[in-house]
Amino acid sequence: MWMGLSYVCWGISVVLALWMLYDWFKVDTTYSEDVLTSSREGELEAVSEKHRI
Amino acid sequence: MTAAVETAQTTTIDGDRVSLLRVLGPAHVWALGVGIVLVGEFTGWNFSADKGGALAALIVCWIVGLLYTSVAMIDSEVTSTVAAAGGQYAQAKHIVGPLMAFNVALFLVFAYTMLEVSDAILLGDTIVAKAGVEGLTHNSFIAATIVVLAWLNYRGVLMTLNVNFVITAIAYVSIVILFFSVSPWTQGAVLKLNELVTPGNALPYGWIGVIAAFQFGIWYYLGIEGTTQAAEEVRSPARSLPYGTMAGMITLLIAAAMTWYVCASLMPWEYLGITYYPLWDAGKLTGSPLLENLLFIATLLAALASANGCINDAARAWFSLGRDRYLPSWFSAVHPKYRTPYRSILFLLPIALAFAFIADLNQAITFSILSGVLQYTFMSINIMMFRKKWPLGTIRRGYTHPFHPLPAIVLFCLCMVTFFAIFLGFGSQLIAMTVFYFLISLWFHFYRYKFVRRGDQFSMPWPKPQGY
Repeated sequence: MWMGLSYVCWGISVVLALWMLYDWFKVDTTYSEDVLTSSREGELEAVSEKHRI
Repeated sequence: MTAAVETAQTTTIDGDRVSLLRVLGPAHVWALGVGIVLVGEFTGWNFSADKGGALAALIVCWIVGLLYTSVAMIDSEVTSTVAAAGGQYAQAKHIVGPLMAFNVALFLVFAYTMLEVSDAILLGDTIVAKAGVEGLTHNSFIAATIVVLAWLNYRGVLMTLNVNFVITAIAYVSIVILFFSVSPWTQGAVLKLNELVTPGNALPYGWIGVIAAFQFGIWYYLGIEGTTQAAEEVRSPARSLPYGTMAGMITLLIAAAMTWYVCASLMPWEYLGITYYPLWDAGKLTGSPLLENLLFIATLLAALASANGCINDAARAWFSLGRDRYLPSWFSAVHPKYRTPYRSILFLLPIALAFAFIADLNQAITFSILSGVLQYTFMSINIMMFRKKWPLGTIRRGYTHPFHPLPAIVLFCLCMVTFFAIFLGFGSQLIAMTVFYFLISLWFHFYRYKFVRRGDQFSMPWPKPQGY
């Protein structure tokens, strides 16, 4: 059982790693670099001052 | 739920901008901090008994508890004002300066990545020890731990910390169940503290043993300061961060005391100081299969929760470095759908895997502790500068810690003692790390800093500091 679990762990690791690589490729080819790296520390803080809870 | 969604909608895409999501509350902050730390009760703290005996492990539990209470208080005040991803990095940037900030970010990334590596190795070794199957190695379990948790972090911070809350709570409750299952109010029935810790063996190496025990006493609480990395993703940083951090610290002080009492009452210090599974062993020694299995599962869950929080924190620190161009801005990308620093998560994934496969547990733990203590030393200096440059009343603080400057002085002195303890046990690693940080500082000062947009990095709308 434990050896089987070990193989399942390898399998899950490979599948999820491939999924992340695929998603990374998809996102990077869909959106521009300016959009993806547009987060700003100060701007986020300014937005948070206005948020509604 | 509705409030969370509304808040998310106001902080997600604003025009063409993509930012992290503000969806977390105080419970998530607690889950992040306690989740990272709690594994230290399941392994790590007990090595302090090897350094100085069972009583030394208790003494450092309280003294290091004082160190971390100072850390939590100081951190809560500063971060309730500098609420940005990167935590102590953002604090250092605004209060001390860019070179300090760069170093602090590296302390953070090293401390959390090495702790993640230690957690994954612990989890793999625990499963292999339980299985007892010849030929079974820990590699597959290490890989699954790191990759699955990286995937969880990649997919969003809310689910990541919801999972952390549940598994941390289960691991914590298991300690409470163990404590009350061994009749802690009656010595002699199950617990034999008066037989195992006697005046003759309480401090086998005297007071120098107590000093040496500081090195592993850090494990009782290592990582609680990680709560600040969530600053940019909590709905109300000024309230949630101090509340979650202080609640986490109280939780951990109780867990540490219960853990020491049960383990020191069941195992002689010679064994307690070398086992990798003190709480699991305590479960076995009660003779109850239910407790044994509960503590086995709790050990795994604590390791998972810690690694999960570490991936979250290391990625935020790395992301912040990229956003300020201290590293290539490529690392500052935010996933447009999941709102996570996905490139930083992916970049640190193979690094963690590589260390987990080639490093041993002791080396990884020591690098993590060293980076952590360097960071705490910085915090004691940071709060003095913060109070001097922006005295009370000049800027709005979400929390003001009492007795200033006493916590800062206590923190600084205890950090010095811990450095000495580390030097006693791992002097060459301490020197190697110091040289590394010195060389990387030269690289940053003479090469990298020219790429930084100097005006853009100081984003807090504060008045000019006093004296400037």
